[in-house]
Amino acid sequence: MDAAALIQALTERFADAVRGSHAYRGDATIVISRERLLDLAGTLKDDAAFQMNFLMDLTAVDFSVFGKGPSPAFFASSGVVVRPSAELPDEHPWPGPPGPARFIVVYHFFSLPLKHRLRVEVPLEEADAELDSVTSLWAGADWLEREVWDMFGIRFRGHANLKRILMYEQFVGHPLRKDYPVNKRQPLIEPDGDASSHSR
Amino acid sequence: MPRAIPDNPVGAPAAASGALETRDMLLNVGPAHPAMHGIIRIVARLDGEQIVNADVEIGYLHRGFEKMSETVDYNGVIPYTDRLNYVSPLINNVGYSMAVEKLLGISVPERCHYIRVIVSEISRITDHLTCVGASAMELGAFTVFLYMIKAREYLWELVESVTGARLTVSYCRVGGVKADLPEGFANQCRQAFEETRRVLAESDALLTRNRIFVDRMSGTGKISADDAISYGITGPFLRASGVPYDVRKDCPYASYDRLEFDVPVGTRGDNFDRYLVRMEEMQQSMRIVEQALRDMPPGPFQVNPQTGCPLPASEMVDQAKVGNIPAIRDAYAVTDPTLDGSAKPLRVSIATAEKRVFLPSKEDTYGNIEGLMQHFKLVMYGHGTRPPKGEVYFAVEGANGELGFYVVSDGGNTPYRVRVRPPCFAIMSALPKLIIGDMMADLTPTFGSINMIGGELDR
Repeated sequence: MDAAALIQALTERFADAVRGSHAYRGDATIVISRERLLDLAGTLKDDAAFQMNFLMDLTAVDFSVFGKGPSPAFFASSGVVVRPSAELPDEHPWPGPPGPARFIVVYHFFSLPLKHRLRVEVPLEEADAELDSVTSLWAGADWLEREVWDMFGIRFRGHANLKRILMYEQFVGHPLRKDYPVNKRQPLIEPDGDASSHSR
Repeated sequence: MPRAIPDNPVGAPAAASGALETRDMLLNVGPAHPAMHGIIRIVARLDGEQIVNADVEIGYLHRGFEKMSETVDYNGVIPYTDRLNYVSPLINNVGYSMAVEKLLGISVPERCHYIRVIVSEISRITDHLTCVGASAMELGAFTVFLYMIKAREYLWELVESVTGARLTVSYCRVGGVKADLPEGFANQCRQAFEETRRVLAESDALLTRNRIFVDRMSGTGKISADDAISYGITGPFLRASGVPYDVRKDCPYASYDRLEFDVPVGTRGDNFDRYLVRMEEMQQSMRIVEQALRDMPPGPFQVNPQTGCPLPASEMVDQAKVGNIPAIRDAYAVTDPTLDGSAKPLRVSIATAEKRVFLPSKEDTYGNIEGLMQHFKLVMYGHGTRPPKGEVYFAVEGANGELGFYVVSDGGNTPYRVRVRPPCFAIMSALPKLIIGDMMADLTPTFGSINMIGGELDR
């Protein structure tokens, strides 16, 4: 299925859950509410029309400072965004980040039999950053969800072993959140040899 | 420590049926262990020599790749990608560059596509040589390791002649590659491949029918196709389980759709099949490179020798400063060796014409105001390439499987988010499944066949 057909089929099937869709640069993308994530994921995996047997990637994006970077240009003319070349018509514009939610959790699915890809985005508010785990459908989701918890502090309901994976247990905060400073240090062992005092 | 292991506590009798009382033992392997070529910790629960449960701990090489990528401009991420899979850094370069090009909506010249294919395939061979050589060494076949590292050396000489570096290559740019292939590259390649083929034949003779090697490799570390797919495993590891998924065939990028190659597939999904798949893939990679060298559009080296007189770049700058334009108009700059192959006539065939993405050639930077402005617009703080707002996912076939980059732009000059899908992360998450039920000694070949690369696993 090509991107447009994929989006249409899913929008019809999950009319109540789909909050938006686009095919920017040919990547089929749908935005759904978290309540229907497991339903949708199950359908994607098992339905003969989709057969998404691979969960290729699972990650998150923190949209809290999107488009609010430091004033980028000294000269007005410097802020010119590169227009796509004529060879690649920009017929599917990007609609912008999905809604006012701080986080989105991004799933990249791939169907080996049908050779199509789909991106599913689930917006999440910061105060209630929790959604269902898909570990029951794909074993690979186990570590990927642990990484999203570790890096973004998003919890996955039904995950059997949701603990940090890349950072150490004593680490404070979630490093890929935009409000985590790039240069912050949390050494486990101080130069003076006092291993118990973590600088926080 | 054994908090994630739900079995009977250590020390409790494990088998009541036998005459002798037995107990489970916890064995801590790593983070620094001679048989672990990478920093990783495995806590294994053993019943005798059999592994009954295992917990894998990673993250020892976490450097914050994704966080750092948000602080530098789009081309500034490329040196960081070198350090993802440091055995085949060129494939990471290609994957990231192509993801950003997709975001920008630009295309690169045909010759650039072929160059990227050639350097990717050379890197794939070096990666497989390292993997097979190291896992053979861990089983006692030290000779094979030395032979394969010798062959890798010939290939790294090729990489060095193209990029100027062996490991920290930083060869690709958003919108092209740094420089064209050096003169006589096809010949060098032919010689290196001759040596590599000899080494592969020798190694094949030493290993493939070797009783000790076969006994330790076949039947160990087995995984079925369904399980492998469920874990998201890709690359040679998945193909050894009988699933012919290869990004180069199924979602072709660069010029792979015009090149002829076979995708070797195993049947049993054990360590031995993974060894065979990797051995065959190296042959296929050489086949791809040879075709690409034959089919690629000729560069200016062959058709259009540089005209005018050579002038050292520093001299050109001095002449330009005093306004002596006629003296440099017909000259071409002789630049630093690190810029070899990036002279103006070569630019056309290896880089995009989009001026807001790619740096001008040094002749233009030094020789005219437009080039100088273009240069500053791209390198000055707060300026640089600005892709439109959007998000893309782009995958290439890395040496270990699908290497995907998910890039989000907010219209600024630094990426808003760069996510890399590291192929060996999925394989490592399946490690407990692979080793449970096997003997402790089988951990060594299984871990070897995973080809764990700390740089891309922990990022």
